[in-house]
Amino acid sequence: MPHFPKPAEGSWTQHYPGLGTGPISYRDSFDPDYWQQEIDSIFTKEWLCVGRVEQLARVGSYFTKEFEWANRSLVIVKDQGETIRAFHNICRHRGNKLVWHDYPGEETSGYCRQFSCKYHAWRYALDGSLVFVQQEEEFFDLDKENLALVGVACDVWEGFIFVNLDPQPSQTLTEALGDLATGLAGYPYGEMTQRYSVASKINSNWKLFIDAFVEFYHAPVLHQQQSTSEEGQKLAAVGFEGLHYELFSPHSMVSSWGGMSPPADPRMVKPMENFLRSGLFGPWDKPAVVNNNENLPPLVNPSGHRAWGIDSFLLWPNFMILIWETGWYLTYTYWPDSPSSHTFESSLYFVPPETSSQRLAQEYAFSVFKEFALQDANTLEATQSMIETGVVDTFVLNDQEVLCRHHHAAAREQVAAGQRPDSYPWMPAEVSA
Amino acid sequence: MSAPLALPEEFEDLAQFEDWALETWRERYEKRLASTVDEMQALYDAITPRIEEILSYCDRHDLADLPDDVRNLMYLLFSLCEASLPVEVWRQPRVPDSGAADLTMVAEPRL
Repeated sequence: MPHFPKPAEGSWTQHYPGLGTGPISYRDSFDPDYWQQEIDSIFTKEWLCVGRVEQLARVGSYFTKEFEWANRSLVIVKDQGETIRAFHNICRHRGNKLVWHDYPGEETSGYCRQFSCKYHAWRYALDGSLVFVQQEEEFFDLDKENLALVGVACDVWEGFIFVNLDPQPSQTLTEALGDLATGLAGYPYGEMTQRYSVASKINSNWKLFIDAFVEFYHAPVLHQQQSTSEEGQKLAAVGFEGLHYELFSPHSMVSSWGGMSPPADPRMVKPMENFLRSGLFGPWDKPAVVNNNENLPPLVNPSGHRAWGIDSFLLWPNFMILIWETGWYLTYTYWPDSPSSHTFESSLYFVPPETSSQRLAQEYAFSVFKEFALQDANTLEATQSMIETGVVDTFVLNDQEVLCRHHHAAAREQVAAGQRPDSYPWMPAEVSA
Repeated sequence: MSAPLALPEEFEDLAQFEDWALETWRERYEKRLASTVDEMQALYDAITPRIEEILSYCDRHDLADLPDDVRNLMYLLFSLCEASLPVEVWRQPRVPDSGAADLTMVAEPRL
């Protein structure tokens, strides 16, 4: 008997009949050829979130983004007209990487009036136009107008900066976000500028880590010790059921309970949580700017449950936004470095604290969060290494794992669109997401 | 010999934990990994019984303009956040089963 109501079909999974309920193969999570197809069909075609507008505080602020998986380096900048632009990070003269510091392969950020190439001092304005050529008279028929930096499609939604490596994206960012474009709009993201960002190289396929974050079925088990022992045992015995799952294919969301802030009984949580009024779910005292969650975006907390704790949205293909009942948000990004590895980036965003107590409550929330992240990251390496053995080729998924089923299917569908039907015999025939 | 860690007079006894007055998360995390649970327990036991007093002292100062001695006190509290999981939960410095997993801090708020 479920604790929370499920759709009329009897399960979240069967509510979306195209997903099927059968076992699935994870060969899509280590096959090198398939991984390359994901790069070609998904990652170089879709809008990808690279950061927030707050990272580009003033005209001339820039940061670079290294996409080794696509053999691309980008520079993202706020130009003179305060428009955020993206360019391929290559000088039009002899092809040197234009913006880098000390190590050409490392991402960097900073502020400049113009971009100046380290090699021969060609200079570009912030809008990408070529404005200075060293000894210009030595060149032949130089057409500076046609030697601007090569632009990359770039757009901003709710302060999140997205790029698209496709020279002619098939959809605008708003079209690609679909229902989420308005359904997640209006949250005070721009007020939550106190940012902790971490990155980690993870030895697992990018999809496997998304799997870990689009279900909470694992949480009472893998993270049991992080609760007090009585509370942990209780959670493990009950298990996990989501409040609500919904597909906005290829995007998706899960809504979860977690009304533990503050807990009904202080003995339910660790002493430090009581000292600092904070924990994994964030500082217990909501910032005024969320107005006691009375103006949540339309798609947040869809069940309206009083125990609501967190909503987790997957913005296809590799970006997640988690909105917490306690009044802050978290993002995850997964960059597909290789078939069996990826770079995981995570940022916690809080309203800037006004007091030392508030500052500490946020510091502690970060501290606890990263303990979970470390546990999850290592578990994924253990999964990757074993599915690659091929000893077992099909795996079962339960109803709380419906979004795992969906996002693998969404990737397969996008890859299969450009393939011969027999290219991947291990794919289920039914891939409709 | 260098001067002891500057701390508000009421909390000068915490100067014995000056090794924990560290500015960045990375330094605090590495200090945690290099410490024993007993060492972290000592920090925990010295601060937590007085934490309300310490917090209300810190809250009397403008967070945007903390005097050096209060900032040092805050660094000790940040280290307490880092050390509290090993003390309260893990009973070991590392997160269990975290193996080779590591995090790089890309951006963090500074005091």
